[in-house]
Order: sequence, then structure tokens, then C-alpha cells
Amino acid sequence: MSERAIVCKDLTKRFGDFTAVNHISFDVDQGEIFGFLGANGAGKTTAMRMLCGLSYPTSGEASVAGYNVFKQQEDIKRNIGYMSQKFSLYESLTVKENIRFYGGVYGLSDKQLKEKGDELITKLGMEKEAKMMVGSLPLGWKQKLAFSVAIIHQPRIVFLDEPTGGVDPITRRQFWDLIYDAAGSGITVFVTTHYMDEAEYCNRISVMVDGRIDALDTPANLKQQFEAASMNEVFYALARTAKRSAD
Amino acid sequence: MDTVILQHVSKSYEKDVPPALQDVSFSVKKGELFGLIGPDGAGKSTIFRILTTLLLSDKGTATVAGYDVVKNYHEIRSCVGYMPGKFSLYQDLTIEENLHFFATLFGTTVEANYALIKDIYEQIAPFKNRRAGKLSGGMKQKLALCCALVHRPEVLFLDEPTTGVDAVSRKEFWEMLQRLKQEGITIVVSTPYMDEASLCERIALIQTGQILSIDTPANIIKAYPGKLYALTAQKVYLLLKDTRQYAGIAQCYAAGDSLHLSFKDEAKDHPASLLSWLESKGHKGVSIEEITPDIEDCFIAKTSIHE
Amino acid sequence: MKQFMVFVRKEFYHVFRDRRTLLILFGLPVMQILLFGYALTTEIKNAQIIVVDHAGDAASQQLTTMIAASKYFDISASDKSDEDIYKAFKKGKVKCAVVFPAGFGNDLLNGQVAHIQIIADASDPNTAKTLTNYLTAIMGEYQQQINPTANIPMRIEPVTRMLYNPELNGSMNFVPGVMALVLMIICTTLTSVSIVREKEMGTMEILLVSPFKPTYVVLAKAVPYLALSLIDLIIILLLAVVALDMPIRGSIVLLFLESTLFIICCLSLGLLISSVTRSQQTAMMVSMMGMMLPTILFTGFIFPLENMPLPLQFISNLLPSRWFYVIVKAVMLKGLGIGVIWKETLVLAGMTVLLLTISIKSFKTRLS
Repeated sequence: MSERAIVCKDLTKRFGDFTAVNHISFDVDQGEIFGFLGANGAGKTTAMRMLCGLSYPTSGEASVAGYNVFKQQEDIKRNIGYMSQKFSLYESLTVKENIRFYGGVYGLSDKQLKEKGDELITKLGMEKEAKMMVGSLPLGWKQKLAFSVAIIHQPRIVFLDEPTGGVDPITRRQFWDLIYDAAGSGITVFVTTHYMDEAEYCNRISVMVDGRIDALDTPANLKQQFEAASMNEVFYALARTAKRSAD
Repeated sequence: MDTVILQHVSKSYEKDVPPALQDVSFSVKKGELFGLIGPDGAGKSTIFRILTTLLLSDKGTATVAGYDVVKNYHEIRSCVGYMPGKFSLYQDLTIEENLHFFATLFGTTVEANYALIKDIYEQIAPFKNRRAGKLSGGMKQKLALCCALVHRPEVLFLDEPTTGVDAVSRKEFWEMLQRLKQEGITIVVSTPYMDEASLCERIALIQTGQILSIDTPANIIKAYPGKLYALTAQKVYLLLKDTRQYAGIAQCYAAGDSLHLSFKDEAKDHPASLLSWLESKGHKGVSIEEITPDIEDCFIAKTSIHE
Repeated sequence: MKQFMVFVRKEFYHVFRDRRTLLILFGLPVMQILLFGYALTTEIKNAQIIVVDHAGDAASQQLTTMIAASKYFDISASDKSDEDIYKAFKKGKVKCAVVFPAGFGNDLLNGQVAHIQIIADASDPNTAKTLTNYLTAIMGEYQQQINPTANIPMRIEPVTRMLYNPELNGSMNFVPGVMALVLMIICTTLTSVSIVREKEMGTMEILLVSPFKPTYVVLAKAVPYLALSLIDLIIILLLAVVALDMPIRGSIVLLFLESTLFIICCLSLGLLISSVTRSQQTAMMVSMMGMMLPTILFTGFIFPLENMPLPLQFISNLLPSRWFYVIVKAVMLKGLGIGVIWKETLVLAGMTVLLLTISIKSFKTRLS
């Protein structure tokens, strides 16, 4: 096990003559909450796909959970969790069935599944809802459940793509409590968000502009550097310099 | 008479599911910029669909520009502009083709009302031969707004126009709305982003189909019950965990780089006692100060009362 | 009116910018026609044939030799009894039999009509038809040889018996069948998908919240596909005539009018499907899968309707394609006029009015 969860050096992705991700370099420590910000079309999704082992970089180097993104994509997939606003659970399966299914996909034994599943349901306070169809749960609950399921196999890193979009303020905070818990148990959290107050909850954040990482530091340092009162201002100052507008 | 009036409107989609709207009433004055603020599933889209005559309510009445949404739906359809939550233009038509199509559909031409959309359209005009499906989120939003405005509607309904759009585009979008307001168009806009509430003249906070409060943002903030404090220390997450253990805390939650909290009883529990308790727990650099709440704080206070 | 035209133009943009639609629209008919065409007109070589010679004279022997010499036939047995022929047919190896009656040569030489019996296994109607055609051709050739200057046209008269499938469905009949199939699939699929796509994309919401009347939306959707389907019809007919040597014996105008009626009927069905489905996928499934199989089964161009059990025959009557098939066969192959097919036309017209009314009524002015 390497100490760093993600090591990324000059990672680049080109589509034809369009450079979606342009020589990005950063490291993420194990157990860190890393905020990955950027305007629409800045290259966040492309970068995240490469790190999750879903697409090959054009050039550069990166390792995720100690595995090479070029050669060991399957190992990467086994050691990460992934959740996005769109990726959701099966609406026509119950809470328990979803847990069993995803746990099974990640190779948990029946015993582990039962233990982990019960633990998870208790933690989310969903004992009453365990036999309900996921489709009938409120959005916030679904998101919390989806996150818990994404880390059921105790991955080294969990990638979260705008996990809290449209969720109410209270549930959003409960969601972040789950993120902190996960980080406390040693899971590295790699998260994108459009809510700038959430950026403040991260240990460190990077801001992508036009495929580059234009800023990377703790929220406090970034605010100091840009002489800004909030992350919103920092983000605005950076994103305003963007030249390209396509998705 | 107010431009948009909803009276005791209720709506449920299915029997076993809680209703989408429960006894919702509000009205929007002519020329007002009115915000519906609430998370997904609060019932915002249902309100828009009832007002744009796309859905019938189970109970209650509603009028738009003086017309009843049930009886006079045809009149309403000619005088409102509507931008649904999902990007709803033809992806395989170019910017220009989309705009001309919707102009003709509403029985007008782009030229007739060009003055109204000029500012917005000029930003996307360089790409006018590009297909809508190939535009960035911000540009799609601008095109959709142009299409909703092209017949110079009396009332503009915008359902979550800024969802999924980055901070820069969001800011530009709100600037455009301010200009449209000056043109005398009544605007009803919904958003899940609480920080956008202050950009509206009046807002309604909604949660699970019920209106929590309706007022100007300033008045809603003024009506915040009790005092709100911001607490900071070096290790914010640990601070949050510990502070929640403190008996006198009514609420404590993360808000940006600090914690926001309120006490159950101001007379008994005060900042100083909390501070010394936290320091005894080993927290360093703890500071606390009273702050003015923002809309999100008000929303949280309102929803926790409801719970 | 201007709104309507703009709407129609927009529909054409959608069609010409989407490869998938274009493929269904123009690829499918060409593929189907050629596929069915060539599958059904393949040349047959070395078919097993039985010759039963009750005459045993020079003429019958000469003719037998010519049959044996042709590349189309292999004589598997001669001089068998009639029962043996049926046994051989049941085993399935023998496709065809020729029976010379006693006195065949005499009749021929004396200038009388000489009969000859051809029996074919018509459970495979196309093969049966092709083989009898070959045999008739060989007989014609033989006659030419023995009497090159004769001005009496044909003195050998083959009496053909088709075993198992006397109606001999197939062959020429498939083009009308494929026409019905292709038009049915294309019209229902494309209209239903194009309306449901507006629902799925959310554009339907904007269309409804506009002064444009919902009924017009339905009609404006139907018009472009009517035009495109007519183009398809022309392509199909051209292919049938040029590539597959099909005749058009009746009035082309009548054929087009009847086809237009059928197309409108299918478009209405597509509109109906679109108003009860929510996603493009479902609409596609319902109109392609749900329509394709019944159309193939119950139109009558592959499986003869006459031989079906009554309940299935009843079901087949509900399919517009079944009536259209009869009409096209009558006009195209038999050269008949409206006087003969007015009943079928009326049924089709009735279905169209019914479907169109239901689909316009069920097209909602509101969501859900």
C-alpha cells in the first residue's frame, strides 16, 4: 500500500485536436477529502474517468490506490467506489436488495453482506424502510444510501460526482457527515460539487479551468491567496478567466 | 390584481405517495421577480406545471394574468413563457432554427421582439449555426431563455434555470433576469440554491409540498427566531462532533468554513460557557461570534420546526 | 398555417439529421424487398423428379431424355405406380413428378392436344412453381424441335397439380406482402417514436404551453411521414419492377390512392402508440416488435390465412395490413379495379377513421 491514494503527473487527454485535460498534476493523501472543482466543460468529468479506469489517458502518468491507470485498470476498479448524481440505485429493488446486489458485485461474502448491510441500515436509521422500494424514498435518502453502498466494500478511494445536487440543506449536511465518517475510517474522498460552501468542507481543493488545474490548496489558503471572503469568490475569479465554453 | 394567484392548491400523483402539493397559496405582483426556493421534490415543478396549464390541480384555484388555468388555458398559453427544468429545445436543430421555430409557433417573428432578447442572443449569436445539442450548459440556458422570451410573454416561468450550471453562468443568468424585470416582465423562478434567494424580490420557501414562508429575503432573515452564531476552530469536523454533544445546543451544522449554531435557551446557555466547555475538550483557536443568518439558515430553522 | 409549415419543416430537419431514422426509412424497405426477393427467386438445380411413363412411345422417351439432360432435374426413378409417387413425396426427397398418359405420342403426332400431368410438392410453393415453369419450358422446347415450322402454338398441355398447398401462396405474392409489412412498420415506428421523443426531451411541454393547438401537433407530425412514406412506396415499387420483374397490371393511380389510405391508417396507429407510451424505447418496441410479428403472421403472404384456425383468422381481420395485401394483390397482379376491392377499401377506411379519431382524442392537451 502506497501512502498516497492518488498520484497524478502531467495527465493529459486529447480528443482529436481538443485537449480536454491538459497536463494536470496533483497528489491526494490517504484519508483526505479532496474537492475537485471547475466550471462546466473545464475537464472534470474527463479527468475523473481516467482516474476511475474508465478511459485511457493520452499521456502522462497516474496511479490510483497504488495501481497504474494504463496497465491496472481492473485493479483500480476493485479498489474504488463511485457514485454520481445520475448513477443511482435500482428503483424497483428494495433497500436491502440493492445493498445485497452491490455488495455481491464487489465480491463480499454472504456473512459480510449481512453484517455490513445491517450496520449500514442502522447507521442511516432506515430500519423501517429496509424493505421499501428505493424508488419510493425521498431523494436525500437515496443519495445517502447510494453513498453508503458505494463504500460498502471499504474501498481505498471513493469518487463522488456532484453527489448533493438538488438535495435539501439539512440532508446535504447529513450527507457530509457520512463523508467525514468515511474519511475518518481511512477512505479517501474525491468529490466534485457546484455548492461552494461544500468546497469549504474539503481538506484541499483544486480548481480546473480550460483543462488545467489553476489552483490547488486548502480552502483557507486559497481565500487568502485570492483575497476573497468565500470560496464562491475564489471560484468566480478563476472561472472567469476561462476561454473555452463547450462542454 | 396580481399577475399570478394560487389559492389552496393541492395535488397528488399517486395514492400511496405523500402529496406533491398541500394547500399552497401565494400571489405574485405584476412586474415582480418571485423565487420559489426549495430542494428537489419540494413541489416546485408541480407548481409550474399547474400554472402553465400542463397539469390540473386536485383542489384549489389558480389564475395567471387574470385567466383561470383550467377554463382559459388557451389564453394563458399565448401569454406566458416557460422554461422547463430539463433543457427542452431541439438538440438536432441549430440555435437559429430553434429560435425561429419557437417564434413562429407563438405566432411572431424573431425580428418583432428582437430588442428584448438582443442582450442575451448576442452572447450566443457567434454559434448560431451550431446545433443545440453541442452547446455548453450555460449557452443552452441562454438559448432556452431566448426561446421562452421570443414572443414577449407577460409572465415568465423558469423552472430551475441554473441547476447544473456553473457559478459563472449562474451569475450571468441572474443578471439577465434583473434586466428582464426592468422590461416589466413578471418572473417566477425556482432554484434549489439558497444563495440565489437574495436575488429575488420576494421568495417562497418550499419543502415537501408545503410553503414554509413567503416574504422578501430581508424580512425572512429578520424573522429568524433567536440568535445565530458562527463557531470556528482548527479542526472543524471534530468541533462539530463535540459541539453537538453540548446539552444546550438547539442546532449545529457546518456552513462553509465555520459552524452555525443556535442555543435552546439564550438565558441559560451562552457563547462563553460553550467556549470554555470546548476548550476543556482540547479544541484550539476556538472563536464564536453572532452573525446575521442567511436564507439557508432560515430554511434549516424552518424545516427543523416542521420536523 | 405558417406555424403548421414551420412545424413540418422542423420534422424534416429531424429526419434528415438522424442517421437512425434515415436508415429505418430508406434502408429497411430496400433491405426487406431484396432479402425477400432473392430468398424467393433463387434458381433451383438438380431437383429430384419422378417420371411415370404410361405411354412408352418415342415422344415420351425423347421428352424424358430432355428432362434428364436439363441441369434443373435429376430423374430419381421411372415407371412407378401412382401410389409410389405419393410415398416418395411424403419422404420429401422428390419435389416433382411427370406422368405421361397412355397414347401421349399418338395424340401429339395426330395433331391433337396431348396432355401431360405435372405433380409438384407445393408445401414449398416457390420451388413448386419454379419447377413447373421449368418443365413447361422444356416441353415447349421439345415441341419446337419436332415441329419447327408449326403454326399451331402448343399442343402439349401440361395439367399441373399442386400438392399440399393448392393456392400456391408465395412467389409473386410476396411483394405486396412486403409492401404492407414495410409500410406498416415504418409508419407506426417513425410517428410514434417522433412524438414520444418530444415527450422524452421535454419539448412537448413547451409545445403544449404555446398557442399552437395540440391537434395541429398531431397533424403536423403525420404530414412529413406521409410524404416520406410515399417516397418509400415509390422506392419499393421501383425495386419490385426493376429488380424483381414484378408486373403492375392495374391502375397506378388506384394503387397510390389505396397505399395512401393504408399509410394514413398506419400513421394513426403510430400516433395512438405514442399517446400511450412514455419512452422512445417502449414506442420502438411496441411498434417494431409488436407490429412486425402479427403483420408477418397474419397478413397472409407467408402463411395462408385460409388454412388458419378460425380464431386466428378473426385476429387477422383486425390488421390493416391484411386488407391492404388483398388490395395490392388485386390491383398489381390481377389488374383489377375498385369495383372488386371496394369492400377491402371500405374496411381500411373505417379503420383509419377510427384510429385517427381515437389518437387525436387521446392526445392530451395537458401532461399525464
